[in-house]
Amino acid sequence: MASDQQLSTKHVLGIKYLTAADVELILDTALQFKEVINRPIKKVPSLRDTTVANLFFENSTRTRISFELAEKRLSADTVNFSAASSSVKKGETLLDTVNNILAMKVDMVVMRHPAPGAHHFLASKIDASIVNAGDGTHEHPTQALLDAYSMRDALGGDLRGKKICIFGDITHSRVALSNVFCLQKLGAKVRVCGPPTLIPKHMRSLGVEVSYNVDESLAWCDVANVLRIQLERQDTKFIPSLREYNRHFGITRERVDRLDKPVVIMHPGPINRGVEIDTAVADSEHSIILEQVENGVAVRMAVLYLLAARRKEG
Amino acid sequence: MPVLRVIHDCDRFALTIERLCRHLIEEHGDFANTCLVGVQTGGVQLAERLRDKLTQMGVTDYDYGKLDITFYRDDFRTAKGPLTPQQTEIDFLVENKRVILVDDVLYSGRTTLSALTALNHFGRPAQVELLVMVDRRFRRSLPIKANYRGITVDSLHDEYVEVQWAETHGKDQIILTGSE
Repeated sequence: MASDQQLSTKHVLGIKYLTAADVELILDTALQFKEVINRPIKKVPSLRDTTVANLFFENSTRTRISFELAEKRLSADTVNFSAASSSVKKGETLLDTVNNILAMKVDMVVMRHPAPGAHHFLASKIDASIVNAGDGTHEHPTQALLDAYSMRDALGGDLRGKKICIFGDITHSRVALSNVFCLQKLGAKVRVCGPPTLIPKHMRSLGVEVSYNVDESLAWCDVANVLRIQLERQDTKFIPSLREYNRHFGITRERVDRLDKPVVIMHPGPINRGVEIDTAVADSEHSIILEQVENGVAVRMAVLYLLAARRKEG
Repeated sequence: MPVLRVIHDCDRFALTIERLCRHLIEEHGDFANTCLVGVQTGGVQLAERLRDKLTQMGVTDYDYGKLDITFYRDDFRTAKGPLTPQQTEIDFLVENKRVILVDDVLYSGRTTLSALTALNHFGRPAQVELLVMVDRRFRRSLPIKANYRGITVDSLHDEYVEVQWAETHGKDQIILTGSE
């Protein structure tokens, strides 16, 4: 790796806006942070002069904890904000909320927001670096980066030519879109598979294969990234019932046992066991679901570190 | 025009490596409680060379690691230092061990300070010593001194000393670059 590599952007708003070199740089840097978080003392002083605000306007467990751990392991000062217990409830606008927090000299903002594009709006208004921790059904870039990191880890490095299938609720998933952009930048072949009602028509225009046949797709892929059915985002009926979904589209033990090769099983969580994936598959030897969580901290450390380095330069 | 001057040629380079190893054996005996840690990237190349020589001299049983100090640099906020980290590979604890920190050039002392901070994340060593191939003894910014040194170079501030390796430059030698 060259010593002068920088991200091409001061924000991480989505994978779509990163170059392939950015993605490679983040994943290569994360490799070194993975070593750091496995040391007896899992902390480096790189961001000791940086303050990061974690603004979560939507519920989150692992992403918020993962970002907070990443920030603390980089020695950054952190402030946490959750919409449920804030002045947002009193009618304050997003820009006012963020400007008030930035007035307290915050350098970077990690934000999850239900409105797609909220991060772009903020990026045009404020000076701090912004990391998108999920915007509605649009993008979740750090999840895609940690997924790609985990796939590279599981498949021994290069993803070029590797076959990755994303199963499940593609329509309501921000992880799916970010995964597609990320994997394509790394040269992988990407397919989505699920019920026709949960796969948006524009998927083919992104150069993604579309399949409605789970068995055939499982046999095709090297990695199965299984997504959750997002009932909270579905205002109409997209599937007859969860039981029927499991029968026709779930990644079940029987389906996996019928395969003549091992398939790496991934899931970004939270898992609906018995719906999109069976417990026996989620906990099987081919599952790297918990590795994804561990890798998430290393990847987020890399993102924050590289953004901070760019801020210093700018 | 910048000029290059070889200040330590290939033959003397090999002799210096041998002398450093003999000095280490004199101080550390059988290396029973010793670890050798190279600082990325020049220090690792030197440490590898010392390791080869120590093996020839019959010293093989000690911990060996590579330490990257990128995340510990005090110039991170000025973005002048290398940004992209290299590999750290220390699969042992340095708790109560005698550590020989190896670097190619000692100049301001800031790299060594960062390396000492980084090393503390792997335990509390009983002792840390510093071995360098080149000691640019003037212009030190911090109170840091090498225990073992290959050569001592008195150079001007705008001069640059580089340790070159057969693997990367085709020849083991030390050059000094300066203005005419």
